[in-house]
Order: sequence, then structure tokens, then C-alpha cells
Amino acid sequence: MSVTAIVDYGVGNLFSLTSSVRALGGEPAVTGDSDLLASADRILLPGVGAFGDAADKLRGTGLIPVLEEQVRAGKPLMGICLGMQLLFESSSEYGDHAGLGWLNGRVESLTEALRGTPDADLKVPHMGWNSLTFEDPSCPLLAGIPEGSFVYFVHSFYAVDCGDSLRAWAPYGVRVPAVVSRENIFGCQFHPEKSGSVGLKILESFLRL
Amino acid sequence: MLTKRIIPCLDVRDGKVVKGVNFQGVRDIEDPVEMAAFYNECGADELVFYDITASFEQRRLFADVLRRVAERIFIPLCVGGGVSSVEDFDRILNAGADKVSVNSGAIRDPDLISRAARKYGDQCVVLSMDVKRVDGTYHVFAKGGREDTGLDALEWCRRGQDLGAGEIVLNSIDTDGVKTGFDLEMLRDVAERVTIPIIASGGAGTMEDFAKLFQLKGVDAGLAASIFHFREVDIRELKRYLAGQSVNVRQV
Repeated sequence: MSVTAIVDYGVGNLFSLTSSVRALGGEPAVTGDSDLLASADRILLPGVGAFGDAADKLRGTGLIPVLEEQVRAGKPLMGICLGMQLLFESSSEYGDHAGLGWLNGRVESLTEALRGTPDADLKVPHMGWNSLTFEDPSCPLLAGIPEGSFVYFVHSFYAVDCGDSLRAWAPYGVRVPAVVSRENIFGCQFHPEKSGSVGLKILESFLRL
Repeated sequence: MLTKRIIPCLDVRDGKVVKGVNFQGVRDIEDPVEMAAFYNECGADELVFYDITASFEQRRLFADVLRRVAERIFIPLCVGGGVSSVEDFDRILNAGADKVSVNSGAIRDPDLISRAARKYGDQCVVLSMDVKRVDGTYHVFAKGGREDTGLDALEWCRRGQDLGAGEIVLNSIDTDGVKTGFDLEMLRDVAERVTIPIIASGGAGTMEDFAKLFQLKGVDAGLAASIFHFREVDIRELKRYLAGQSVNVRQV
């Protein structure tokens, strides 16, 4: 059975993610151990909370060079929610914070983006089930998923200027990047482990990479 | 755009799902884990579990039920019942829940909402309110609807939002268990006071009741128990019906 490492850097609850990997027949390993990350078949980078705090915690583990090496070697890595946001260059959430910079783009406030638009009354956090519009249906994560499928979001900041890494987005006043990828690096703004059968299918596609 | 949500609610006591009528005469139905898996399959958008046990021993049993539920369902899970401290949030979230609902505990200690929101984020804190009309005003009731706190519901919902609650479950004691429709008047009055999402609870009897509910601005979800548990309303069918009424719902 192939091992999916789930990076443990002290943010968020990994119970559901672990359960969903197991339900799909995968072997989850919640770990902050660099040897385990190196020997795993693929890596999930979770995350909830504030960007700066999470980025600091991840840096504090000393695991970033390990992750970088694995990604450079071609190992599939998927960031989820804040874990996806960390893949970008920077975030303006409570200050200015550097991300991993593996994908082009920044993370900015959804509230600011909606201000002064006809959709200014949309609630932030963007929380609930929203639909996916495909930008690039050939993305392996979207295999077998009908366009318009619903997935579960909980977030207040979103990726902007992510250019050609955009694979699918959700309409919420602005186009909220929902699935991004570049080569072996993937990201989901929504929670696949909380998105019913559609989410499990997306996670399963990642487990098969 | 976000869909309107349909949420089955499961009251758990002694490890079993129960449902009361007007908060009295509770009776057993089924295994909570099997019921949760069933709802996960048939298109429920979220599940709410309330722990209505009292003793410490039963509380451990509930935590075990919760973990087994969280292993099986892959939709958001909100859990409440006897939550009175941030430690209760820790315990419930560690067992696999995504949100925690506070009720009497927040009435006794409103700052609990802020402390929990600071630690886990607003989206994690759900303020659940049991409300009944008393002398022409809305009163908040505590202890499962048994005790009139005298607190004005329209002030309490606003205060809850200001303290950092991310959602409100508004349960009308006046319509609860009666199955003649949600308390649209009460919901409208509360929706005018807050901007956070409102989950309507109490009174759903038919599919039409949900269609009427979702015409109200500010109401994001409809919660019900017995009509789903007893299969009087089938969630798949309900969603097909609502889609036909131009309500944006997630169909599976």
C-alpha cells in the first residue's frame, strides 16, 4: 500500500483528512519527520488558521528544505485550504507574509475584493458548498468530476494572479481559485475531505498520482 | 454561489439517536453511526449532533460515537451539547468535528464565544439559541428549553455575532415538533439583526416548508430531525423539489 504523508506542523485538525485517505484505501502517515516525508509516495500539506502563523510554524519545523527537495524530485504534493495558499508567493493576511513561492500568485482578502462591488453583501468567510467551473479540465484532480460539482469551502482570503496554474474556480463575486496545479504541485482551496463523494474522488485522483 | 443547506440533526443519548417532541417524551431511533453514514450518502450538506447525556461516563461514550461518525462521513460535522469551556471545544474538535455549537454555556459565560473564536476562528463557533415568545417578545431559553433566561433573543443574537460567533442556529420552541412549518416571523426578525448565516430549526413538516424558508433573506440552512429520521421527507427528493423551485441546492 502506498504511503501518503500528511505534514504535521501543529496547525489544524487532521482527523478527517486521515480518515478520508484511509477510507480510500491509502495509508496515511501524519508526520513531521523528514525521513518519513522522503520515503512517502506523496505529500499532503494541510492548514487552517492565519497565513502568517502557519507559515511561521512550518518554517519552525525546518521541514521546508525537505519538502522542496521532494517536490523538485517530482513527488506529488497537494496543499489543502491554507495549505494551498502557502504554495503561493505571499499573503496580505494581517501583514505581509512570504509563502513557499512554488506557484506564482498572491493571497489577498476576499472582503477587500468584494468591497464596492455589487456583491459587497456576500458573507466572508466564504463558507459552504460552491460549484466548480473548469479552466483546465485536463487537470488530473478533475478526472471523472462533472463541471458544476459542489465542494465545501471555508476561507476568508483567496489566491490572485495565479496565472496558468488555475485549473478550476468557484463563483463568489470574484473568481475564487479552487484547484491550482503546476507539474507535480497541486492545491485545493476547498476541503476535499469534507466535500462528500466529489471531494473523495478528487482525493482519490491525487492518491493515484 | 453558495447553496442553501439541508441539515439533519441527531440528538444522542446513551450512544443512541433520540428525538423529542416539544423537548419531551424522547424515544430511541437508531445507531448514530449508521444514520450519519446514511445521511452522508443521500446528500445532507452537514450534520449536527447534540450530546444530550448528563454523566461523565456517558460523555465518554458520546466521544467514542463521535469519532466513529467522523471516520465514516465526509461532510461538515457540527457538535453541541453541554459545551461550557474552551476545553470542551478541544475535546469535540479532536474527535473529528468541524464546528462546535454553544447554547446554555454561552448564556452563562458569553465570553466563551470570544475565547473559542480567537482560538479556532469564527467559522468554528456556532451559537445555538432556543427561543420562545413570552408576552410579545422573544425570550432565550436555557437547559434544553426548560428555563426562561429572560434574555431578549434579538439582543442576544447580535451580541453573539459581535463576540465572534460564525453562525446561528435559531430553534423556535413555539414551532418545534409541531411540523406546521418553520417560524418564519421569528427568523425574519433575527435575520434583520445579524449578517452571519442563520440555520433555521423547529417546525419543518413538509418539503414545501423548506421552499418557503429559503425565500427568506439571510436564512442559509434548514435543520430538522424527526422528518428525516422517520423518512417522512427524503433528502434526495427534497433537493430535487427545491431545485425545481429555483432554490440553489447541491444534488448528489
